[in-house]
Amino acid sequence: MSSIVSISNLSKTYEGGFQALKNVSLDIQRGEILALLGPNGAGKTTLISIICGIVNPSQGTVSVDGCDIIKDYRLTRERIGLVPQELTLGAFESVWDTFCFSRGLFGKKPNPQYLEQLLKDLSLWEKRNEMIMNLSGGMKRRVLIGKALAHEPMILFLDEPTAGVDVELRKDMWAQVERLRKAGVTIILTTHYIEEAEAIADRVGVINQGELLVVDDKLALMHKLGKRQLMIELESSIGSMPEALAGFKLEIGTEGDQLTYTYDPHKANTGIDELLKALTGAGLVIKDLHSVKTSLEEIFVNLVKANGRSAA
Amino acid sequence: MNIHAIRVIYKYEMKRAFKTIAQSFASPVISTVLYFVVFGTAIGSRIDAIDNVSYGLFIVPGLVMLTVLSQSLANASFGIYFPRFTGQIYEVLSAPVSFVEIVTGYVGAAATKSFLIALIILATASFFVEMRIDHPFLMLAFLILTCISFSLFGFIIGLWASDFEKLQIIPLLVITPLVFLGGTFYTIEMLPPVWQTISLFNPVVYLVSGFRWSFFEVSDVSVGLSLSMVLLFLLICLLIIGWMFKTGYRLKQ
Ligand SMILES: Nc1ncnc2c1ncn2[C@@H]1O[C@H](COP(=O)(O)OP(=O)(O)OP(=O)(O)O)[C@@H](O)[C@H]1O
Ligand SMILES: [Mg+2]
Repeated sequence: MSSIVSISNLSKTYEGGFQALKNVSLDIQRGEILALLGPNGAGKTTLISIICGIVNPSQGTVSVDGCDIIKDYRLTRERIGLVPQELTLGAFESVWDTFCFSRGLFGKKPNPQYLEQLLKDLSLWEKRNEMIMNLSGGMKRRVLIGKALAHEPMILFLDEPTAGVDVELRKDMWAQVERLRKAGVTIILTTHYIEEAEAIADRVGVINQGELLVVDDKLALMHKLGKRQLMIELESSIGSMPEALAGFKLEIGTEGDQLTYTYDPHKANTGIDELLKALTGAGLVIKDLHSVKTSLEEIFVNLVKANGRSAA
Repeated sequence: MNIHAIRVIYKYEMKRAFKTIAQSFASPVISTVLYFVVFGTAIGSRIDAIDNVSYGLFIVPGLVMLTVLSQSLANASFGIYFPRFTGQIYEVLSAPVSFVEIVTGYVGAAATKSFLIALIILATASFFVEMRIDHPFLMLAFLILTCISFSLFGFIIGLWASDFEKLQIIPLLVITPLVFLGGTFYTIEMLPPVWQTISLFNPVVYLVSGFRWSFFEVSDVSVGLSLSMVLLFLLICLLIIGWMFKTGYRLKQ
């Protein structure tokens, strides 16, 4: 696989002295969807802004499609489209005009057919002559996406595209992302909705306090770091943990009739057999049993927690 | 060279002017008419002709300069300050455009607007006085150079300003006094000697004087000196802009 964006040892210290990125290295593969996860202030927007040319890096290099983002900025920037996190749009221009502006700004000659199709894909064609200030928030978000796509980029950065967007529109957006991926566009998105990353990303990167904690294939990550939980429902509730079960990592549910056992499915001995024997030995009657995988969300929360502890 | 980018920035800025046509073009016309009624006709009828030029006619070049300076500063500074303020500037920063192209688009549009306004004022003035332009090409050269250099200066202010107050402060506190004391409505010969000397430190004197010479060959300082001063000012603005370009001043963190 060839990487389309290659980041090496990137650091950023803002003027005030705050270090927002610490020695980040990352290769983004051609045609993939990469989700960047991280809590508020982790450095996601900073990372994207450097690649797009809005913020100057303090250290390190980034190359896009083999070109350096500073020396060959014209070549790298015309390949990139950016949908910013904030709704930053002019108020007094029409949707059509702002699309034409974006296309021209990125050095492409006018192409009304392409822009018409783009507006239709984003369900904005009816609104093309409307002033931007007369659009709803969700429509403005789509205008931003359209502006980023107006020059037919091969890499698209989406910085929290679904913040403040309803479920319906979010689905539309992911359908659009899927279409773009099919057309060969590489997509990098940041999000706080982990289900989203879980649903559409190929790979997931986790950033916290300016450090890239992991980047991995989504499934591999869930496989490697994922735990399984065995949920045990009891016939009758228990007040406290019986002596015989003290050796197991068990949690009692609030009702007292459910026990949760967390284990690592990749270990040779998961401990389930011993646990079940111990349960019967303690005289507890099992009503139901089922196991669940931990979600990406829990993996993420654990990673960030562990990082916070080691940093503190 | 990203010609398309220059084209869309220029078009965007021009469109902004025509959308607020009353503010952009009507207000300079109205204030010119007012100046003529007050200074040209009411007061001017009691003032002697200066070097055989009637007072009404004498103030025409000064009025044009007054408006061109303030409009160039206002248009160019607002044009770049506003997208910085709203955050829209992200798009220009992430686009494959050089600083020279950005400046050409924004400053070119601001200078064009000032130039159009100057023409409108000259046309309006010709309703009040019998217009006389001895050196039309030199007049145009002065006008265009002034439009460009003060639009550049406005662009610098728009980049430097970190809030709306700073955006207004230089035009109000520096430019307006310099323009009024710069021989817009009088020749500096009318001043006491001390003030004549002080006036020579006012760059606007050279602008107005040279511009006025191209109309009726009446000037406070020699035309050659005036032209050199305008070119010097243009050069200084270009150097500052060049430095801003190199350092990414106020545009990039
Ligand atoms: N212009 C700036 N000057 C100084 N510090 C900044 C600047 N921009 C961002 N920061 C700081 O850098 C850190 C990372 O910010 P960044 O916007 O990259 O976070 P983020 O991961 O995008 O967060 P969020 O999820 O809230 O959008 C934050 O602590 C922020 O305060
Ligand atoms: Mg962010």
